Amino acid sequence: MRFSGLRVLREGLTGNRGWQAHWRDASPKDAYDVVIIGGGGHGLSTAYYLAREHGITNVAVLEKGYLGGGNVGRNTTIVRANYFLPGNSEFYSHSLKLWEGLEQELNYNVMHSQRGQIVVFHSDGQRDAAIRRGNAMRNQGDDAELLSVAQLKKVLPYLDYAQARFPIYGGLLQRRAGTARHDAVAWGYARGASDRGVDLIQNCEVTGIDIEGGVVKGVQTSRGAIRAKKVAVIVAGRSSQVAAMAGMRLPIESHVLQAFVTEGLKPCIDHVVSFGMGHFYISQSDKGGLVFGGDLDMYASYAARGNLPLVEHVMEAGMTLMPMIGQAKVLRSWGGIMDMSPDGSPIIDRAPVEGLYLNCGWCYGGFKAVPGSGHCMAHLVATDRPHKAAERLRLDRFRTGRGLMDEEGTGAQHNLH
Amino acid sequence: MRLPCPICGERDRREFYYAGHAVALERPGEGAGAKAWDDYVHNRENPCGETRDLWFHESGCGAWLVVTRDTASHAVLSAVLAEEAAR
Repeated sequence: MRFSGLRVLREGLTGNRGWQAHWRDASPKDAYDVVIIGGGGHGLSTAYYLAREHGITNVAVLEKGYLGGGNVGRNTTIVRANYFLPGNSEFYSHSLKLWEGLEQELNYNVMHSQRGQIVVFHSDGQRDAAIRRGNAMRNQGDDAELLSVAQLKKVLPYLDYAQARFPIYGGLLQRRAGTARHDAVAWGYARGASDRGVDLIQNCEVTGIDIEGGVVKGVQTSRGAIRAKKVAVIVAGRSSQVAAMAGMRLPIESHVLQAFVTEGLKPCIDHVVSFGMGHFYISQSDKGGLVFGGDLDMYASYAARGNLPLVEHVMEAGMTLMPMIGQAKVLRSWGGIMDMSPDGSPIIDRAPVEGLYLNCGWCYGGFKAVPGSGHCMAHLVATDRPHKAAERLRLDRFRTGRGLMDEEGTGAQHNLH
Repeated sequence: MRLPCPICGERDRREFYYAGHAVALERPGEGAGAKAWDDYVHNRENPCGETRDLWFHESGCGAWLVVTRDTASHAVLSAVLAEEAAR
């Protein structure tokens, strides 16, 4: 089934009776070439690119709940490539390029909206840092523009420019950044993978990883044993639990990150806007809700909900930047489980067990990474060599101290990112 | 979340600074080797359930606490002075 304008018209005129399920709800076979643990955005995109780029279709995606029911369905949907350090810089650049052709490639409306992201700054020192970051982004081949206060006032008239504590000195704009419909990204990749023969298996929890003589042989699941030549662990949020099944301890701590959405409003915020003096970022969904988030609650948690002090902190930051949002009522808040690595950057690498591959440590960057992560992970699993855009995302960088990607310059230490 | 400081009694989470897993109480010796130090600095058990972590009562008495709590439910089970836990 292909989607098109004509198809929508025809279905509309014939009672919408011709639509079909977007993917097959498969049952597990005895054995696969590749088993992917985790049916989130990254697992599904990995399955898709394994099939599309490498012709590996004897693949199962095992999901303990329902497809796309984890962090890919509970984030603030921001897509950008504005990183500073080598490693992150080329990886997120690669991912953004994949985003730009994604809807046509998947024949699926992921509502990718390149509305631009603006990070405002509040001092001369922050302006220097923004210029430096903008130059790094342009050196990478991505776009960045410095906006003066006069330019900023034309596009963001509602900010509190004369705020006594944090006056606004300008902003760094990336026009190609924006948002996407998070669920649709998971569904689009699921459909693309399923159409190419990948088995998507829901309600199938992995309970063990079979290893013999240092070589992976398969997995134990709530739906029986499955043999596999290669196993990819792509379960950000639960990486430590699954890695423990292979006898590994990862450089990961799980933390809660909260997000919020208001009642639906008429269009008022046209961009993704980020505060420069604290963690606060906001955009408006196509339904009209203001979607915003802030910092971690800053303690290890798997509860998928946060505490009130952080709620208060995020609301304060929002009111400081744009007092108009005080008029809007918050409808709901939620929390996602972040796979926090010591340097705040991700890991796509082989595990010390032969045939086992790791994709974890996505910190706050997971959603925008979905295409790039799947693309690079599929390359690693298929060829046993890292993709060029992800060759710095190594697991051993913490042990060796080489190639750390500590964007904030606080040191590769837990609880500082 | 409220933490029961052994000195001050039950206090709001905002009074405390979180310093991660209580692994800091098991610092390797100088000659322990790279693997032991890597585990100590970076690698974590990161349990979903009961855990022991370190909190500093920054806006209170200034004591370091070892808190036993549940990462899945946010229930706080106990708190003792790190000084005593390390003994």
